[in-house]
Amino acid sequence: MNGVHDLGGMMGFGPIAAPAVEPVFHEKWEGRMAALVMAVPGDWSIDEDRAACESMHPAKYLKTSYYEHWLHGLELLLKKHTPDSASAMRPADIWPALTARRSYVRDIETPAAFAVGQNVRVKVMHPAGHTRAPRYVRGHTGEVVRLHGAHVFPDSNALGRGENPQWLYTVRFTAKELWGRANDDTVMLDLWEPYLEPA
Amino acid sequence: MPHDGHDHDDHSELSPIALRVRALESLLVEKGYVDPAALDVLIDTYETKIGPRNGAKVVARAWTDPAYAKWLKEDATAAIESLGYTGRQGEHMVALFNTPEIHNMVVCTLCSCYPWPVLGLPPVWYKSPPYRSRAVIDPRGVLAEFGVTLPETTKVSVWDSTAEIRYLVIPMRPANTEGLSEDELAGLVNRDSMIGTRLAGKVA
Repeated sequence: MNGVHDLGGMMGFGPIAAPAVEPVFHEKWEGRMAALVMAVPGDWSIDEDRAACESMHPAKYLKTSYYEHWLHGLELLLKKHTPDSASAMRPADIWPALTARRSYVRDIETPAAFAVGQNVRVKVMHPAGHTRAPRYVRGHTGEVVRLHGAHVFPDSNALGRGENPQWLYTVRFTAKELWGRANDDTVMLDLWEPYLEPA
Repeated sequence: MPHDGHDHDDHSELSPIALRVRALESLLVEKGYVDPAALDVLIDTYETKIGPRNGAKVVARAWTDPAYAKWLKEDATAAIESLGYTGRQGEHMVALFNTPEIHNMVVCTLCSCYPWPVLGLPPVWYKSPPYRSRAVIDPRGVLAEFGVTLPETTKVSVWDSTAEIRYLVIPMRPANTEGLSEDELAGLVNRDSMIGTRLAGKVA
C-alpha cells in the first residue's frame, strides 16, 4: 500500500531531536501497550500486525506516537482473530519466549533467479496490500550483494495467504541512482525476488 | 463492580490514550488472554535486562578478539548468540563494521525494525518520521544533527531494514584505548554508535 508509513525520502518533518538518554518507556501506558502486543496469544503473523498498524489514517499516523500505532494494530487484529486463552503467557514463560531461537528462513524448491554481483531493477508496482518494497526504490536499479535464502514473504503472509517463501536479497543502490547525489554513498535494502526483475 | 476512591483518582489523572490501553488490558485479562503479572515481567525485562549494554559487550569483544570479530562478520547470529543474546527481533543478525572507508547507519523507513536482543526497544526518534524520512536521502545531514561530520573520503552506507534481517553497527574503536579492559571498552560504546548515528565514545 502506498501508505504514509512509507516515509523514506520525504521532507519537512523537522529536526530529529534525539536526546542522548531517555527512558525505555516515557509513560506507564507505553510499557503496558508494548507488553500487551507481546503477550496476547494471537494467531496472527508479524506481517499481519505490521499491516494493521499501517492501516491507520495518514493524518492520525503522523500525529500519534508509535505505541499508539501498536494499539490501533492490536485493536484491529482482535476484531478479526480470537486469541487462545489456553496459551496465555505466565511470568515464567516470558524469558524463554523472548529469547527463543526462531527463523524466518524456509525451504524453497525453485533456484534463486539472481546472483551476487548481478544488477536488478525493482519493479514499478503499486500493490494495494502490505508490501516491504518502499516507493523510493521502485523502478530503480541496484546490485545484488547478498543472498539470504528463502524467507517468509510478507506480501502474502500479511493477507493470511500463507508464508509463500521467496528468495531474499540485499540490494545496493547508489545515492546517485536514487537521489541524484554526486557522492559515493549507498543505500542497502533487503528485497524479495517477486519485487525484482533483471536490469 | 468494586470501585474505591483511590482507583477513581487514578483514572481522573490518566490521559485518553492511557485510559484506552487500560480498558483494553482489563478486557484481555477478563477474557483470560493476558496475565497482568506477565506484563509486569515483560516491561521489567526490556527496562532492565534486554538493552544496549548487550550490544556494547558484543562490540567490545569484537574490538579485543580478532577471532570473534571474524566470526561476527561471517555469522553474526551465532556469534551474538554465543554471548547469550538471541530471540525476538534478532532472529537473523548481520554485523556492519565501520572503517575509515565506510560508515554504516541503520534505519527502518517502513516501521521500526531494530535488533532487540542487542539494543533493546528503539528510542522514540528512531521510530519517528524525521529520522525515518531523512536517513536514506540525507544521511550526512542526519549525522550532522548528531554532531558527526565524516571526511568526504568516508562513504556512507545506509541500511533500510525492510525484511527480518537485523543490523548491528560495530563502530570504530576510539583512539588511545589500548590499555583498557573489555569492560571499560564496553563503557565507551553508546547505543547510537551501534545504530550508526554517533561514533563510539562517551556521549556528553
